[in-house]
Amino acid sequence: MKIEILGTGCSKCQALTLHVKEAVAKKGMFAQVEKVEDIMKIMAYGITSTPALVIDGTVVSSGKLLSVDEIVVFLGS
Amino acid sequence: MFDWWEKIVDALVFGLLGLDASTQKAQALHFFIFDTVKIYILLVLIIFAVSFLRTYFNTEKVRVYLQGKSEFTGNILAALFGIITPFCSCSAIPLFLGFMQARIPLGITFSFLISSPMNNEVAIALLFGLFGWKITALYIGFGLLVAIIGGFVVGRLGMEKYVLIPVVPMSGDLENVEIKITLQKRVKESWAYTMDIVQKIYLYVMIGVGIGAFIHGYIPTEFIVQYAGSNTWYSVPLAVILGVPMYSNAAGVMPLIEVLTSKGMLLGTALSFMMAITALSLPEAMILKRILHVKLIATFFGIVALGIMGIGYLFNAIL
Repeated sequence: MKIEILGTGCSKCQALTLHVKEAVAKKGMFAQVEKVEDIMKIMAYGITSTPALVIDGTVVSSGKLLSVDEIVVFLGS
Repeated sequence: MFDWWEKIVDALVFGLLGLDASTQKAQALHFFIFDTVKIYILLVLIIFAVSFLRTYFNTEKVRVYLQGKSEFTGNILAALFGIITPFCSCSAIPLFLGFMQARIPLGITFSFLISSPMNNEVAIALLFGLFGWKITALYIGFGLLVAIIGGFVVGRLGMEKYVLIPVVPMSGDLENVEIKITLQKRVKESWAYTMDIVQKIYLYVMIGVGIGAFIHGYIPTEFIVQYAGSNTWYSVPLAVILGVPMYSNAAGVMPLIEVLTSKGMLLGTALSFMMAITALSLPEAMILKRILHVKLIATFFGIVALGIMGIGYLFNAIL
Protein backbone atom coordinates (compact mmCIF):
# COMPACT_ATOMS: atom_id res chain seq x y z
CA MET A 1 0.00 0.00 0.00
CA LYS A 2 1.26 3.45 -0.88
CA ILE A 3 0.09 6.40 1.20
CA GLU A 4 0.86 9.95 0.10
CA ILE A 5 0.31 13.12 2.09
CA LEU A 6 -0.06 16.18 -0.13
CA GLY A 7 0.88 19.48 1.43
CA THR A 8 3.17 22.43 0.93
CA GLY A 9 4.64 22.33 4.42
CA CYS A 10 2.02 23.99 6.60
CA SER A 11 1.60 22.84 10.20
CA LYS A 12 -1.59 20.90 9.42
CA CYS A 13 0.23 18.94 6.72
CA GLN A 14 2.99 17.98 9.12
CA ALA A 15 0.46 16.95 11.73
CA LEU A 16 -1.36 14.78 9.19
CA THR A 17 1.90 13.02 8.28
CA LEU A 18 2.44 12.16 11.95
CA HIS A 19 -1.14 10.90 12.26
CA VAL A 20 -0.70 8.70 9.19
CA LYS A 21 2.46 7.14 10.59
CA GLU A 22 0.71 6.51 13.87
CA ALA A 23 -2.28 4.95 12.10
CA VAL A 24 -0.01 2.65 10.10
CA ALA A 25 1.77 1.60 13.29
CA LYS A 26 -1.54 1.03 15.04
CA LYS A 27 -2.65 -1.25 12.24
CA GLY A 28 0.68 -3.04 12.30
CA MET A 29 0.83 -3.04 8.52
CA PHE A 30 3.46 -2.39 5.93
CA ALA A 31 2.93 0.75 3.90
CA GLN A 32 5.03 3.20 1.99
CA VAL A 33 4.36 6.64 3.47
CA GLU A 34 5.46 9.59 1.40
CA LYS A 35 5.07 13.33 1.92
CA VAL A 36 4.56 15.15 -1.39
CA GLU A 37 5.60 18.78 -1.25
CA ASP A 38 6.15 19.56 -4.94
CA ILE A 39 3.28 21.84 -5.89
CA MET A 40 3.13 20.55 -9.50
CA LYS A 41 2.79 16.97 -8.26
CA ILE A 42 0.12 18.05 -5.77
CA MET A 43 -1.88 19.83 -8.45
CA ALA A 44 -1.86 16.69 -10.61
CA TYR A 45 -4.32 15.16 -8.13
CA GLY A 46 -6.92 17.82 -8.88
CA ILE A 47 -7.37 19.04 -5.31
CA THR A 48 -7.82 22.64 -4.19
CA SER A 49 -7.09 22.38 -0.50
CA THR A 50 -4.34 20.82 1.53
CA PRO A 51 -3.49 18.70 3.42
CA ALA A 52 -4.81 15.85 1.30
CA LEU A 53 -4.49 12.12 1.77
CA VAL A 54 -3.93 9.81 -1.18
CA ILE A 55 -4.07 6.03 -0.83
CA ASP A 56 -2.85 3.96 -3.76
CA GLY A 57 -3.36 6.86 -6.12
CA THR A 58 -6.89 7.78 -4.98
CA VAL A 59 -7.64 11.01 -3.09
CA VAL A 60 -9.58 10.03 0.02
CA SER A 61 -9.62 13.38 1.82
CA SER A 62 -8.63 16.99 1.23
CA GLY A 63 -8.43 20.12 3.35
CA LYS A 64 -8.78 18.18 6.58
CA LEU A 65 -6.53 17.21 9.42
CA LEU A 66 -7.80 13.68 9.94
CA SER A 67 -7.49 11.98 13.31
CA VAL A 68 -5.52 8.75 13.70
CA ASP A 69 -8.75 6.78 14.04
CA GLU A 70 -10.22 8.27 10.88
CA ILE A 71 -7.09 7.29 8.95
CA VAL A 72 -7.27 3.75 10.35
CA VAL A 73 -10.74 3.46 8.76
CA PHE A 74 -9.31 4.52 5.39
CA LEU A 75 -6.58 1.93 5.66
CA GLY A 76 -9.24 -0.78 5.64
CA SER A 77 -8.89 -4.32 6.84
CA MET B 1 -31.04 37.79 23.56
CA PHE B 2 -28.63 38.16 26.46
CA ASP B 3 -30.89 39.95 28.97
CA TRP B 4 -30.85 36.90 31.22
CA TRP B 5 -27.09 36.91 31.29
CA GLU B 6 -26.95 40.64 32.02
CA LYS B 7 -29.20 40.05 35.06
CA ILE B 8 -26.93 37.30 36.31
CA VAL B 9 -23.82 39.49 35.93
CA ASP B 10 -25.66 42.38 37.61
CA ALA B 11 -26.47 40.15 40.56
CA LEU B 12 -22.92 38.80 40.67
CA VAL B 13 -21.00 42.07 40.45
CA PHE B 14 -23.33 44.47 42.25
CA GLY B 15 -25.02 41.98 44.59
CA LEU B 16 -22.69 39.15 45.49
CA LEU B 17 -19.44 41.14 45.30
CA GLY B 18 -21.23 44.22 46.60
CA LEU B 19 -19.50 46.66 44.26
CA ASP B 20 -20.96 50.10 43.77
CA ALA B 21 -22.42 50.29 40.24
CA SER B 22 -21.23 53.85 39.78
CA THR B 23 -17.54 53.06 40.28
CA GLN B 24 -15.14 52.54 37.40
CA LYS B 25 -13.94 49.25 38.85
CA ALA B 26 -17.46 47.80 38.98
CA GLN B 27 -18.23 48.98 35.45
CA ALA B 28 -15.05 47.48 34.03
CA LEU B 29 -15.57 44.17 35.81
CA HIS B 30 -19.22 43.98 34.74
CA PHE B 31 -18.24 44.73 31.16
CA PHE B 32 -15.51 42.08 31.19
CA ILE B 33 -17.62 39.24 32.59
CA PHE B 34 -20.66 40.09 30.50
CA ASP B 35 -18.81 40.48 27.20
CA THR B 36 -16.41 37.53 27.46
CA VAL B 37 -19.13 35.00 28.18
CA LYS B 38 -21.51 36.50 25.61
CA ILE B 39 -18.82 36.31 22.93
CA TYR B 40 -17.86 32.73 23.86
CA ILE B 41 -21.48 31.63 23.54
CA LEU B 42 -21.87 33.32 20.15
CA LEU B 43 -18.53 32.01 18.92
CA VAL B 44 -19.53 28.43 19.69
CA LEU B 45 -22.99 28.83 18.13
CA ILE B 46 -21.87 30.59 14.95
CA ILE B 47 -18.71 28.58 14.30
CA PHE B 48 -20.70 25.39 14.79
CA ALA B 49 -23.45 26.54 12.41
CA VAL B 50 -20.96 27.60 9.73
CA SER B 51 -18.83 24.48 10.00
CA PHE B 52 -21.93 22.28 9.85
CA LEU B 53 -23.07 24.04 6.67
CA ARG B 54 -19.56 23.63 5.41
CA THR B 55 -19.68 19.84 5.57
CA TYR B 56 -21.92 20.11 2.49
CA PHE B 57 -19.44 22.30 0.61
CA ASN B 58 -15.74 22.30 0.02
CA THR B 59 -13.50 24.19 -2.34
CA GLU B 60 -13.47 21.29 -4.81
CA LYS B 61 -17.25 21.60 -5.05
CA VAL B 62 -17.07 25.39 -5.41
CA ARG B 63 -14.68 24.92 -8.30
CA VAL B 64 -17.23 22.73 -10.08
CA TYR B 65 -19.91 25.39 -9.65
CA LEU B 66 -17.68 28.21 -10.84
CA GLN B 67 -16.33 26.43 -13.89
CA GLY B 68 -17.57 27.99 -17.10
CA LYS B 69 -19.44 30.87 -15.42
CA SER B 70 -19.41 34.21 -17.25
CA GLU B 71 -17.33 37.06 -15.90
CA PHE B 72 -19.69 39.11 -13.75
CA THR B 73 -21.94 36.26 -12.57
CA GLY B 74 -18.79 34.33 -11.72
CA ASN B 75 -17.45 37.18 -9.58
CA ILE B 76 -20.71 37.39 -7.63
CA LEU B 77 -20.95 33.62 -7.10
CA ALA B 78 -17.29 33.38 -6.11
CA ALA B 79 -17.72 36.12 -3.50
CA LEU B 80 -20.84 34.40 -2.10
CA PHE B 81 -19.13 31.01 -1.92
CA GLY B 82 -16.34 32.74 -0.02
CA ILE B 83 -18.73 33.11 2.94
CA ILE B 84 -19.27 29.39 3.54
CA THR B 85 -16.04 27.80 2.45
CA PRO B 86 -13.15 27.59 4.85
CA PHE B 87 -10.01 29.43 4.06
CA CYS B 88 -6.60 28.77 5.40
CA SER B 89 -3.72 30.70 3.94
CA CYS B 90 -1.78 27.43 3.71
CA SER B 91 -4.30 26.32 1.08
CA ALA B 92 -3.99 29.49 -0.98
CA ILE B 93 -1.60 27.99 -3.53
CA PRO B 94 -3.45 24.77 -4.39
CA LEU B 95 -6.68 26.76 -4.45
CA PHE B 96 -5.30 29.33 -6.83
CA LEU B 97 -3.69 26.83 -9.19
CA GLY B 98 -6.62 24.45 -8.96
CA PHE B 99 -9.02 27.18 -10.05
CA MET B 100 -6.74 28.07 -12.95
CA GLN B 101 -6.55 24.44 -14.02
CA ALA B 102 -10.33 24.46 -14.27
CA ARG B 103 -10.04 27.53 -16.55
CA ILE B 104 -11.75 29.78 -14.01
CA PRO B 105 -10.66 33.34 -14.92
CA LEU B 106 -8.14 35.12 -12.69
CA GLY B 107 -10.65 37.81 -11.68
CA ILE B 108 -13.20 35.27 -10.42
CA THR B 109 -10.48 33.47 -8.47
CA PHE B 110 -9.54 36.75 -6.82
CA SER B 111 -13.17 37.49 -5.91
CA PHE B 112 -13.10 34.22 -3.99
CA LEU B 113 -9.68 34.90 -2.52
CA ILE B 114 -10.82 38.29 -1.18
CA SER B 115 -14.19 37.16 0.14
CA SER B 116 -13.14 33.93 1.82
CA PRO B 117 -10.83 35.23 4.57
CA MET B 118 -12.91 38.40 5.00
CA ASN B 119 -16.10 36.45 5.70
CA ASN B 120 -14.52 33.90 8.02
CA GLU B 121 -16.67 32.49 10.78
CA VAL B 122 -14.59 33.90 13.64
CA ALA B 123 -14.83 37.47 12.34
CA ILE B 124 -18.58 37.12 11.75
CA ALA B 125 -19.19 35.63 15.19
CA LEU B 126 -17.20 38.39 16.88
CA LEU B 127 -18.86 41.14 14.89
CA PHE B 128 -22.28 39.74 15.72
CA GLY B 129 -21.44 39.42 19.39
CA LEU B 130 -19.87 42.85 19.70
CA PHE B 131 -21.77 45.06 17.29
CA GLY B 132 -25.11 43.33 16.62
CA TRP B 133 -26.65 42.12 13.39
CA LYS B 134 -26.88 45.48 11.61
CA ILE B 135 -23.15 46.16 11.57
CA THR B 136 -22.50 42.49 10.78
CA ALA B 137 -24.83 42.74 7.76
CA LEU B 138 -23.10 45.94 6.62
CA TYR B 139 -19.71 44.31 7.00
CA ILE B 140 -20.72 41.21 5.01
CA GLY B 141 -22.60 43.20 2.36
CA PHE B 142 -19.85 45.71 1.70
CA GLY B 143 -17.20 42.99 2.05
CA LEU B 144 -18.92 41.12 -0.77
CA LEU B 145 -18.99 44.33 -2.81
CA VAL B 146 -15.22 44.78 -2.38
CA ALA B 147 -14.67 41.13 -3.36
CA ILE B 148 -16.90 41.33 -6.45
CA ILE B 149 -15.57 44.65 -7.75
CA GLY B 150 -11.96 43.98 -6.68
CA GLY B 151 -11.93 40.62 -8.45
CA PHE B 152 -13.61 42.13 -11.51
CA VAL B 153 -10.98 44.88 -11.74
CA VAL B 154 -8.07 42.44 -11.28
CA GLY B 155 -9.62 40.31 -14.05
CA ARG B 156 -9.86 43.28 -16.39
CA LEU B 157 -6.21 44.24 -15.93
CA GLY B 158 -5.11 41.14 -17.85
CA MET B 159 -2.42 40.09 -15.39
CA GLU B 160 -2.39 36.38 -16.23
CA LYS B 161 1.25 36.67 -17.30
CA TYR B 162 2.19 37.39 -13.68
CA VAL B 163 1.31 33.88 -12.56
CA LEU B 164 4.77 32.40 -12.27
CA ILE B 165 3.95 28.70 -12.43
CA PRO B 166 2.84 27.27 -15.76
CA VAL B 167 -0.65 25.92 -15.26
CA VAL B 168 -1.88 23.31 -17.68
CA PRO B 169 -5.62 23.79 -18.06
CA MET B 170 -7.50 20.53 -17.83
CA SER B 171 -9.65 19.57 -20.76
CA GLY B 172 -13.35 18.93 -20.36
CA ASP B 173 -15.53 19.55 -17.33
CA LEU B 174 -15.01 18.55 -13.73
CA GLU B 175 -17.16 15.89 -12.20
CA ASN B 176 -19.30 16.91 -9.29
CA VAL B 177 -17.67 15.72 -6.11
CA GLU B 178 -20.04 13.98 -3.79
CA ILE B 179 -19.59 14.31 -0.08
CA LYS B 180 -21.08 11.22 1.48
CA ILE B 181 -21.09 11.29 5.25
CA THR B 182 -23.79 10.65 7.81
CA LEU B 183 -25.54 13.44 9.67
CA GLN B 184 -24.09 12.15 12.92
CA LYS B 185 -20.58 12.40 11.50
CA ARG B 186 -21.24 15.92 10.19
CA VAL B 187 -22.31 17.05 13.67
CA LYS B 188 -19.34 15.34 15.26
CA GLU B 189 -16.87 16.86 12.80
CA SER B 190 -18.36 20.34 13.12
CA TRP B 191 -18.23 20.14 16.89
CA ALA B 192 -14.60 19.02 16.88
CA TYR B 193 -13.74 21.86 14.49
CA THR B 194 -15.60 24.39 16.65
CA MET B 195 -13.75 23.33 19.78
CA ASP B 196 -10.45 23.42 17.92
CA ILE B 197 -11.02 27.04 16.81
CA VAL B 198 -12.36 28.18 20.19
CA GLN B 199 -9.35 26.67 21.94
CA LYS B 200 -7.07 28.60 19.62
CA ILE B 201 -8.69 31.99 20.15
CA TYR B 202 -10.32 32.04 23.57
CA LEU B 203 -7.30 33.58 25.23
CA TYR B 204 -7.06 36.35 22.63
CA VAL B 205 -10.73 37.16 23.12
CA MET B 206 -10.26 37.33 26.89
CA ILE B 207 -7.22 39.60 26.61
CA GLY B 208 -8.95 41.78 24.00
CA VAL B 209 -12.07 42.17 26.13
CA GLY B 210 -9.89 42.72 29.19
CA ILE B 211 -8.06 45.65 27.62
CA GLY B 212 -11.42 46.80 26.26
CA ALA B 213 -12.90 46.71 29.77
CA PHE B 214 -10.00 48.80 31.02
CA ILE B 215 -10.53 51.41 28.28
CA HIS B 216 -14.27 51.24 28.90
CA GLY B 217 -13.88 52.00 32.58
CA TYR B 218 -10.80 54.21 32.79
CA ILE B 219 -9.91 56.03 29.58
CA PRO B 220 -11.90 59.19 28.96
CA THR B 221 -13.90 59.45 25.75
CA GLU B 222 -12.25 62.73 24.76
CA PHE B 223 -8.89 61.01 24.57
CA ILE B 224 -10.10 58.49 21.97
CA VAL B 225 -12.18 60.98 20.01
CA GLN B 226 -9.09 63.11 19.65
CA TYR B 227 -7.17 60.31 17.91
CA ALA B 228 -9.73 58.09 16.20
CA GLY B 229 -12.99 59.96 16.21
CA SER B 230 -12.38 63.25 14.55
CA ASN B 231 -13.08 63.13 10.86
CA THR B 232 -9.50 63.80 9.87
CA TRP B 233 -8.67 62.56 6.39
CA TYR B 234 -5.89 60.24 7.53
CA SER B 235 -7.82 58.19 10.10
CA VAL B 236 -9.19 55.75 7.49
CA PRO B 237 -5.92 54.98 5.65
CA LEU B 238 -4.15 54.77 9.03
CA ALA B 239 -6.72 52.21 10.19
CA VAL B 240 -6.13 50.14 7.04
CA ILE B 241 -2.34 50.20 7.45
CA LEU B 242 -2.64 49.24 11.12
CA GLY B 243 -5.01 46.42 10.20
CA VAL B 244 -2.65 44.60 7.81
CA PRO B 245 -0.30 42.96 10.36
CA MET B 246 -3.11 41.96 12.72
CA TYR B 247 -4.69 39.04 10.86
CA SER B 248 -3.76 36.31 13.31
CA ASN B 249 -4.95 38.41 16.24
CA ALA B 250 -8.36 39.34 14.85
CA ALA B 251 -10.02 37.68 17.84
CA GLY B 252 -8.22 39.98 20.24
CA VAL B 253 -8.43 43.18 18.20
CA MET B 254 -12.14 43.13 17.42
CA PRO B 255 -13.23 43.64 21.06
CA LEU B 256 -10.94 46.66 21.18
CA ILE B 257 -12.50 48.16 18.08
CA GLU B 258 -15.91 47.78 19.67
CA VAL B 259 -14.85 49.74 22.74
CA LEU B 260 -13.16 52.40 20.62
CA THR B 261 -16.35 52.74 18.58
CA SER B 262 -18.51 53.11 21.69
CA LYS B 263 -16.06 55.76 22.86
CA GLY B 264 -16.36 57.84 19.71
CA MET B 265 -14.30 56.22 16.97
CA LEU B 266 -16.23 56.70 13.73
CA LEU B 267 -17.97 53.64 12.35
CA GLY B 268 -16.48 53.97 8.86
CA THR B 269 -12.98 54.00 10.31
CA ALA B 270 -13.88 50.97 12.44
CA LEU B 271 -15.26 49.06 9.41
CA SER B 272 -12.13 49.82 7.36
CA PHE B 273 -9.99 48.65 10.24
CA MET B 274 -11.84 45.35 10.61
CA MET B 275 -11.89 44.66 6.88
CA ALA B 276 -8.16 45.38 6.59
CA ILE B 277 -7.48 42.93 9.41
CA THR B 278 -9.29 40.05 7.72
CA ALA B 279 -8.85 40.77 3.99
CA LEU B 280 -5.24 41.92 3.87
CA SER B 281 -2.99 39.40 5.50
CA LEU B 282 0.78 39.45 5.20
CA PRO B 283 1.26 35.69 5.67
CA GLU B 284 -1.12 35.09 2.77
CA ALA B 285 0.85 37.53 0.59
CA MET B 286 4.10 35.77 1.47
CA ILE B 287 2.65 32.40 0.52
CA LEU B 288 1.20 33.69 -2.75
CA LYS B 289 4.58 35.19 -3.59
CA ARG B 290 5.79 31.69 -4.37
CA ILE B 291 3.49 31.47 -7.38
CA LEU B 292 2.58 35.08 -8.23
CA HIS B 293 4.71 38.01 -9.32
CA VAL B 294 5.01 40.79 -6.75
CA LYS B 295 3.25 43.13 -9.21
CA LEU B 296 0.10 41.01 -9.16
CA ILE B 297 0.11 40.71 -5.36
CA ALA B 298 0.67 44.47 -5.00
CA THR B 299 -2.19 45.17 -7.42
CA PHE B 300 -4.45 42.79 -5.48
CA PHE B 301 -3.56 44.43 -2.15
CA GLY B 302 -3.84 47.92 -3.65
CA ILE B 303 -7.30 47.38 -5.10
CA VAL B 304 -8.63 45.78 -1.91
CA ALA B 305 -7.11 48.56 0.23
CA LEU B 306 -8.69 51.23 -1.99
CA GLY B 307 -12.08 49.48 -1.80
CA ILE B 308 -11.89 49.21 1.98
CA MET B 309 -10.89 52.87 2.35
CA GLY B 310 -13.75 53.88 0.04
CA ILE B 311 -16.18 52.12 2.39
CA GLY B 312 -14.60 53.84 5.40
CA TYR B 313 -14.94 57.30 3.90
CA LEU B 314 -18.47 56.56 2.70
CA PHE B 315 -19.65 55.52 6.16
CA ASN B 316 -17.87 58.35 7.92
CA ALA B 317 -19.63 60.76 5.56
CA ILE B 318 -23.18 59.38 5.82
CA LEU B 319 -23.42 58.21 9.43
